[in-house]
Amino acid sequence: MIKKFDKKDEESGSGSNPFQNLEKSAVLQEARIFNETPINPRRCLHILTKIIYLLNQGEHFGTTEATEAFFAMTRLFQSNDQTLRRMCYLTIKEMANISEDVIIVTSSLTKDMTGKEDVYRGPAIRALCRITDTTMLQAIERYMKQAIVDKVPSVSSSALVSSLHMVKISYDVVKRWVNEAQEAASSDNIMVQYHALGLLYHLRKNDRLAVTKMLNKFTKSGLKSPFAYCMLIRIASKLLDETEGGHDSPLFDFIESCLRNKNEMVVYEAASAIVHMPNCTARELAPAVSVLQLFCSSPKAALRYAAVRTLNKVAMKHPSAVTACNLDLENLITDSNRSIATLAITTLLKTGSESSVDRLMKQISSFVSEISDEFKVVVVQAISALCQKYPRKHSVMMNFLSNMLRDDGGFEYKRAIVDCIISIIEENPESKETGLAHLCEFIEDCEHTVLATKILHLLGKEGPRTPQPSKYIRFIFNRVVLESEAVRAAAVSALAKFGAQNDDLLPSVLVLMQRCMMDSDDEVRDRATFYMNVLQQKQKALNAAYIFNGLSVSIPGLEKSLHQYTLEPSEKAFDMKTVPLATTSITEQKTEISPVATSKLPERLAPSRQDIYQEQLASIPEFQGLGPLFKSSEPVQLTEAETEYVVRCIKHTFTRHMVFQFDCTNTLNDQLLQKVVVQMEPSEAYEVIHYIPAPSLPYSQPGSCYTLVRLPDDDPTAVSCTFSCTMKYLVKDCDPNTGEPDEDGYDDEYVLEDLEVTVADHIQKVLKPNFGAAWEEVGDEFEKEETFALASVRTLEEAVGNIISFLGMQPCERSDKVPENKNSHVLFLAGVFRGGHDTLCRARLALADGVTMQVTVRSTEETIVDIILAAVG
Amino acid sequence: MEMRILILGLDGAGKTTILYQLQVGEVVTTIPTIGFNVETVTYKNLKFQVWDLGGQTSIRPYWRCYYSNTDAVIYVVDSSDRDRMGISKSELVAMLEEEELKKAILVVFANKQDMDQAMTPTEVANALGLPALKDRKWQIFKTSATKGTGLDEAMEWLVDALKSRQ
Repeated sequence: MIKKFDKKDEESGSGSNPFQNLEKSAVLQEARIFNETPINPRRCLHILTKIIYLLNQGEHFGTTEATEAFFAMTRLFQSNDQTLRRMCYLTIKEMANISEDVIIVTSSLTKDMTGKEDVYRGPAIRALCRITDTTMLQAIERYMKQAIVDKVPSVSSSALVSSLHMVKISYDVVKRWVNEAQEAASSDNIMVQYHALGLLYHLRKNDRLAVTKMLNKFTKSGLKSPFAYCMLIRIASKLLDETEGGHDSPLFDFIESCLRNKNEMVVYEAASAIVHMPNCTARELAPAVSVLQLFCSSPKAALRYAAVRTLNKVAMKHPSAVTACNLDLENLITDSNRSIATLAITTLLKTGSESSVDRLMKQISSFVSEISDEFKVVVVQAISALCQKYPRKHSVMMNFLSNMLRDDGGFEYKRAIVDCIISIIEENPESKETGLAHLCEFIEDCEHTVLATKILHLLGKEGPRTPQPSKYIRFIFNRVVLESEAVRAAAVSALAKFGAQNDDLLPSVLVLMQRCMMDSDDEVRDRATFYMNVLQQKQKALNAAYIFNGLSVSIPGLEKSLHQYTLEPSEKAFDMKTVPLATTSITEQKTEISPVATSKLPERLAPSRQDIYQEQLASIPEFQGLGPLFKSSEPVQLTEAETEYVVRCIKHTFTRHMVFQFDCTNTLNDQLLQKVVVQMEPSEAYEVIHYIPAPSLPYSQPGSCYTLVRLPDDDPTAVSCTFSCTMKYLVKDCDPNTGEPDEDGYDDEYVLEDLEVTVADHIQKVLKPNFGAAWEEVGDEFEKEETFALASVRTLEEAVGNIISFLGMQPCERSDKVPENKNSHVLFLAGVFRGGHDTLCRARLALADGVTMQVTVRSTEETIVDIILAAVG
Repeated sequence: MEMRILILGLDGAGKTTILYQLQVGEVVTTIPTIGFNVETVTYKNLKFQVWDLGGQTSIRPYWRCYYSNTDAVIYVVDSSDRDRMGISKSELVAMLEEEELKKAILVVFANKQDMDQAMTPTEVANALGLPALKDRKWQIFKTSATKGTGLDEAMEWLVDALKSRQ
């Protein structure tokens, strides 16, 4: 640790970097000498270097000053100094988006790209394409085409790569250069060939047929460039992945044949592609793994690294295949390259037996301080996977993790450790107190707001339910005293949970809360005031609704509803029930992400799938006035996989209606379907009130049609219904090649599978982090209880899985996990019934001969209790 | 000492063709200049750094970025483009008002004299209002950049004028 500090000091201390203390204004002042004649190339070069250095350090240049410097720089085009000119190209590229009117260098760059000086041509092309837009691109199109087929490789490559960038902004123009790119693809130069292939692929990547054709062509004719081969392998495996076909396709044969390529890079790429494929059989895997095994003992460090990294990544997926390499991996443990050693050890940890864990952990402790954060994260991930596999080892792991937590390290590393500790706590209740203690120690000195707030949230959730909750209060209140606003606010929320759960702590919590109300930050004060008032009421129901279990609505949905409310002022108070519910429960599911996941990106507040549907449906006039979208089901397939037409249905539930969205794909290239509707015949009192056809379904372009159904008002218990579905449409035959349809068509129909609406379509999952509190909140006014015998179910897990999927409710308190070797279990389910009624369900399960289940249902509405019990029965 | 010369004028007047006639003595195929071309031209052992700035409406505002330290301006006029003679005049007048060009010598090329409907140099000079110029050393020449005629005389005069100024 000490050694590392020294290193950092060295880097930041001495004046080894001549550009270190540059002042932007001083540099811009200096740039005025660009206007002087004659030009002094050496000095100008130095100043340009400074400008580029500043830009790369993230220094902000205002538009005016940037433009001024840019125009001064253009004067340097009068010099023929080669280095200076090339520096100008770099400056142009760096300033292309900061300065205005950069097109002023267009003519000069065009001249350089077509001139005699080969060293200017490539860089000029690259600079030119950075400052060019679609209209200007057409003006230089002729030169670009010539450059692509230029005999100088650097020119050709520059043109190809620049074209690739231009595809993003002017696809239609660049598309016209396919013939030139095609010619470049047969170049003898390996880079040119690679770049040409890249351009060709990107021009065609949205057209699977064209990509397939291209692959066929190149795999048959063969290529010179190993880079191009690697790219072909990637394209081929992507295509295989998308088509979900079996591995008996020529694409797989091609990838496999690359295992025998002369070039190691190609061999590795092919092996890596194969082991990463989903559903690979052992036989398909074997040759790829043996190649990687061979690389493990290569004298080249890069190959050893690549091989062991790949084995590491797939260790959990193909443990038996990777175990075959154990001997080679053991040899790599002592590799002088620490990265290779780390990967080897962690791979062995993932696949090894329980008995080897202690030995490997010891080995890795010996050098963990010497490796970089990135590899430390790999170690943590391996530990995380290990804990799932061998829960009994958690104390060894926890110890190791807490030591790592004390070491220096960046955010990603710390986050990985924290996530890992949290997942251990959740898996093993007996590790909870040690884990929380380590995390408490960590937040005493934690610079990462995100982690501190996350841990505070966890403390608030878990702390009050430990035998000795009072010991956490000190750590939490320290945050209120010492940390930034966001952390203070999180600490206040955590404190409130202790007060709400533990009556004997309440007076002390109220005192602390009183002090938080004096905080300098609005958010902290607001939260403290809010919690203070709720806590003082001393009502369990209030605590449950406002402290333990927060809002369960979709945040973008809430934003939209509030906005709508402010647009149409009304005497009526804003009704939370009109806000669509959040579809994914954020906190609890996140920790269930498989611990081997390589990257956990910070979650952004992206609109959920349901928010997108809400938007789409709201744009259809017939569906306006249905109210907020309550729930969208997962797609249900209504056809077999390989039929003429592929139809799947998504069921959208509204307060009094349902909309059935049929996503249809026409897989016949000689037919055009028009006016497509799916006619539905309900078995119950459901009433079809509207069909919205898909106007036209050309070959392979999916389209949607909709059916609007009114739910029976007079019988609220009619929650399930079966619809027989028939697709009706007008067929026009068409030319398979051009897609040109005949004038006349004929009506036809196609029978689809029946569609079921079940009770789950009426219930939205809602996570109640504190189920007990929610249970009290709803109260027993409408409680009902019944006992069922599930004769056909053999295990508790099976019973739990069945109930969850049948009712479509959210399991809480991790009660969906049945501990091993138990013969009874309690499952807690929470949801909201259509219309906005909280509904909770407690199922006590006992395993005897089959499973006996006692179901207790509570809801804010009596009929719903009956509906659910009736559905279970 | 290298002299700095700007070639200005409306689009399509023949500026780029003149630049390369002066530099290599040949007619090159040109495309509308977006921005500028800059070349070093040697004439009678004198070195000129010649800037040919694009004449399209959208580019004219940038001319002023290149005015500083200019010794002479070659202003090129398409003698056959009678319709735009007025625009040409106003651009010229605006340019001559710039402080940075106060000391610059003005040479006007009444270009495209090979065209049938070309105006004579005197007509061009009057159309541009040259006789009314005060405190400015100027001269007009009839030229044809594509034929290469008239350029020598003009350059000879310019060299003399620059020399006598020093």
